Amino acid sequence: MRYERPETVAEAARLLAGAGGAARVLAGGTDLLVQMKSGLSEPQIVVDIKRIPGMRSITEEAGGLRVGAAVSGAELGAHAGAVARWPGVVEAVELIGSTQVQGRATMAGNLCNGSPAADSVPALVAADAVARIAGPDGERDCPVAEIPTGPGRTALASGEFITSIFLPARPGRASDAYLRFIPRTEMDIAVASAGVALALGEDGRVASARVALGAVAPTVRLVPEAADAIEGTALEPEALESLARACEAACDPIDDKRGTIEFRTRVAGVLARRAALIAFERAGGAQ
Amino acid sequence: MKSIAVSTTVNGDAVDFVCAPEETLLDALRNRLGLTGAKEGCGTGDCGACSVTLDGRLVCACLVLAAEAEGAEIGTVEGVADHDALHPLQQSFIDNAALQCGVCTPGLIVAAKALLEKNPEPTDTEIRYWLAGNLCRCTGYDKIVRAVQDAAAKMRSA
Repeated sequence: MRYERPETVAEAARLLAGAGGAARVLAGGTDLLVQMKSGLSEPQIVVDIKRIPGMRSITEEAGGLRVGAAVSGAELGAHAGAVARWPGVVEAVELIGSTQVQGRATMAGNLCNGSPAADSVPALVAADAVARIAGPDGERDCPVAEIPTGPGRTALASGEFITSIFLPARPGRASDAYLRFIPRTEMDIAVASAGVALALGEDGRVASARVALGAVAPTVRLVPEAADAIEGTALEPEALESLARACEAACDPIDDKRGTIEFRTRVAGVLARRAALIAFERAGGAQ
Repeated sequence: MKSIAVSTTVNGDAVDFVCAPEETLLDALRNRLGLTGAKEGCGTGDCGACSVTLDGRLVCACLVLAAEAEGAEIGTVEGVADHDALHPLQQSFIDNAALQCGVCTPGLIVAAKALLEKNPEPTDTEIRYWLAGNLCRCTGYDKIVRAVQDAAAKMRSA
């Protein structure tokens, strides 16, 4: 194995493309080093992107925030602007692993690991976050929702890697929230999860919403029918019931040791309902 | 396989070592630098026995490549005491019998020190969440939480 520490995006892309499928990107390493240890991944070349300018910074851009691909959960959680504007994204990222894992783990890594249960991904999809991808042919932007294509698989082509994730600007009365179910209180993998981002109109009702579910399908599920169910409402009980039903209808989970199909389906609706209420309250909504 | 020369700082001292590309920081600390305080429990970031600080952030040394330490500042349990004078956390762990076999203790001391530097007056719940990535199979954690509270109180009044 070779360890490379490029100082430009172009050099990193060249190294990754040159090695074909035998290269892996190293940012936080909390998935990669575990996979290398178990023999699940045996890269010929590991490309450490942390010395590339911008990878470890959070910068203001067009009213939103551009989060470098190597920014750790601990660094994101310490950024007052991120916490104020995207509390749901931050709380989702902070649920990943232990304090030690938070010191290294990144949103981009959580996304690229391709787990259907990745905590940050439903929150990022609800936030309509956009990944910036670099590759041998230059840069392109891709909605986070379109990155996962199946368990452990992503839409990134050979030689491509994510350089940053953009959290867009948000209107005044808007917020987000993320909830997951685990059988304990810490250090576990989501059995089902839900991220909700919403904005309120002048009338205090939900003007627009995005609802995304995790761990209930091969990839994160954006559920437009669930958003439709709460738009124009102040989250009255009937609206929340419709939201939960729409979420249940969007579920296509597996049975495994952590949860049954029936349990995951039911809990996804419950979590979406509760996350919607939290986001509504954070946005300044009153029922 | 090409060896990599690394220049880094460990507990304030400039250190140079040579490592293999896939070698972890934990293995380099233990086998090349003789710093055996950090332990390998799981090797997969679940147990926290290898907790160290990397540029001020608490991390598992088993999930860091040794080559990544280039130019970094590493803190290990060996740098916690002030020469012969134990750190208040170390003394409190002894006074409160917060260890039995001791394998988790270096990681817990490093992790608890990072917590108290960030939050000098944590609640029991905050201590338990912060230390959730440090597994102890002997104590049942209660004495560890008490030891951290005891040290925190002493450090606040110092």
